[in-house]
Amino acid sequence: MSQVVLFNVFNGLIVGAFYALMALGLSLILNLSGVINFAHGGFLALGAYLAYTLIPYVGFWGALILAPPLTAVLGLVVEWLLIRPLYGKDPLYSLLLTFGLAYIFEDMTRLIWGAQSVPFQVPGWLMTSLSNQYFFLTGYRVFMMIIVAAAVGGLFAVLKYTRLGMRIRAGTRDLDTVSTLGVNVRVLRSLNFGIGIYMAGLAGVLAAGLLGLSPTIGANLIMPSFVAIIVGGLGSLLGTLLGGLMIGVASGLAAVYFPSATEAVIYVMMALVLLVRPRGLLGEEGRLH
Amino acid sequence: MNAARARTIDVAICLMLLFAPFWMNAIGGYTELATRIVVMGLAAMSLNFLLGFTGVLSFGHAAYFGLGAYGTAMAIKYWGIGSIPAIVLGVIIATIAAMIIGALIIKLRGVYFAMVTIAFGQVFYFIAFRWNAVTGGDDGLTGWRRLPINFGFAELDIVQNDRAFYYFALAIFAVCVAAMAVLLNSPFGRSLIAIRENERRARFLGVPIEFHVWLSFVISCLFVSAAGGLYALLNNFIDPRALRVDLSGNLVIMAVLGGMRSFWGPLIGAAIFVALQDYVSSHTENWMSVIGLVFVLVVRFFPRGVLGMLRTGAKA
Repeated sequence: MSQVVLFNVFNGLIVGAFYALMALGLSLILNLSGVINFAHGGFLALGAYLAYTLIPYVGFWGALILAPPLTAVLGLVVEWLLIRPLYGKDPLYSLLLTFGLAYIFEDMTRLIWGAQSVPFQVPGWLMTSLSNQYFFLTGYRVFMMIIVAAAVGGLFAVLKYTRLGMRIRAGTRDLDTVSTLGVNVRVLRSLNFGIGIYMAGLAGVLAAGLLGLSPTIGANLIMPSFVAIIVGGLGSLLGTLLGGLMIGVASGLAAVYFPSATEAVIYVMMALVLLVRPRGLLGEEGRLH
Repeated sequence: MNAARARTIDVAICLMLLFAPFWMNAIGGYTELATRIVVMGLAAMSLNFLLGFTGVLSFGHAAYFGLGAYGTAMAIKYWGIGSIPAIVLGVIIATIAAMIIGALIIKLRGVYFAMVTIAFGQVFYFIAFRWNAVTGGDDGLTGWRRLPINFGFAELDIVQNDRAFYYFALAIFAVCVAAMAVLLNSPFGRSLIAIRENERRARFLGVPIEFHVWLSFVISCLFVSAAGGLYALLNNFIDPRALRVDLSGNLVIMAVLGGMRSFWGPLIGAAIFVALQDYVSSHTENWMSVIGLVFVLVVRFFPRGVLGMLRTGAKA
């Protein structure tokens, strides 16, 4: 029994890591630019399919390195062409635009790569189990956790120690002042968007190796990412990370005890958090208004 | 001058709706399409009560639309009650859900409010999807039909007769829309518009903001669930897609496309959107891309909607 619980907790952590990776990108864009990027799931799927296309040429490792930045480049183009004119306007418009983009992305993925799910090859040696007793500890799962941890660590390091990161953090608090101090806010927003989409692309490649690849892969992951942001706290990236892992573990545990509530449990958590602490667990004060 | 213009639009729209089953066929439509426009128009106008007249963006109204629809369908299937009591039951269920969820999210504003509504919008989708025994799960709820309306002295056959069902839907539409118009013209409605224009100032004037926004949310959900009930009756079928975020987004784009600052705008938007969806989905497999493109084009080129543009044109 305890093994089953342990297995599901571990599984929940992995799923939570995806949620967190995706939610961190969403959160970055939301905090700096006030845009809810509904197309985030579309970018995730795109990253995964790009990797799928690249694998025959450059192998799994090459795809893992190349696909996320390619996705980010496409994200930059979309930001430049479509989203940039909407900054400062009613957030309704950017939400509607990215909502429409999500439709287009899903349809185009289906058109190019087919509606059926496709196999996603991960190097064989990664798929072996590391332990006889804990059969679920496959190399790929552990490897994935390491990559996610590295990516999240890298993101936090960039935000904390680089000039760009400092400006993003400052812009999150008060973009007007940052602009007055001579920072090119347009470039800042673009780079920030690019980083967010890079995270989505990376999440896509990793998720494809675990869950398989179908055009709806992104749509299935985006809702929990919203929940992760709300539970973790508005305006706090650390909160988003925590929120993602928490709801992952919660749905993992629900899968053991109440299988039919696997999805619903995260919304119950969200309701509880909103009831007790509307700004979220690590949310900043004053973000609500 | 302006009031006369508004009156003309009111009369024109009422006449068009009243005779829709007759002229719809003439321009290549069909009665069921007209009914769908009325149903989605009611949903979009209800959403706009909150979006356009209170200035609060909800991106999760499909949840209440779907609850109204499931409530209606399940009441007919499991208890065999008439169409009107079934809709009333669906509306009650959805309104109670809106009261509870509204109380949880009312502290949030702007993008965060939108995000929480998106997330909460999915709860009922998963419940309907998972709770096979009661909701029929992914396959939807089948094995029931709408029943004729019995007035005691006469019976209206909305089962076989498409036109009769259209007028039944139009009657409910009229009741809901008239109620919303009265509410918007009342002091309460004026204070909602004050909140939209300047929340802080309205607060200083003593408007209880949280309570008013909550009430506006609940009223909006109440009417959207009536539309959901009609939707279930229209199709004699309901599945979890009526609860999904796609529909929430479609309702918002209908409101924006028609003009969310005007009372009738969302109905016009719904007419364009529903007709377009009907046409495109029967002509290409890639209708999703076309619909997505509509979103992008509306946001980039017609952010004020059809009626908003007409108004600008009139002023110039």
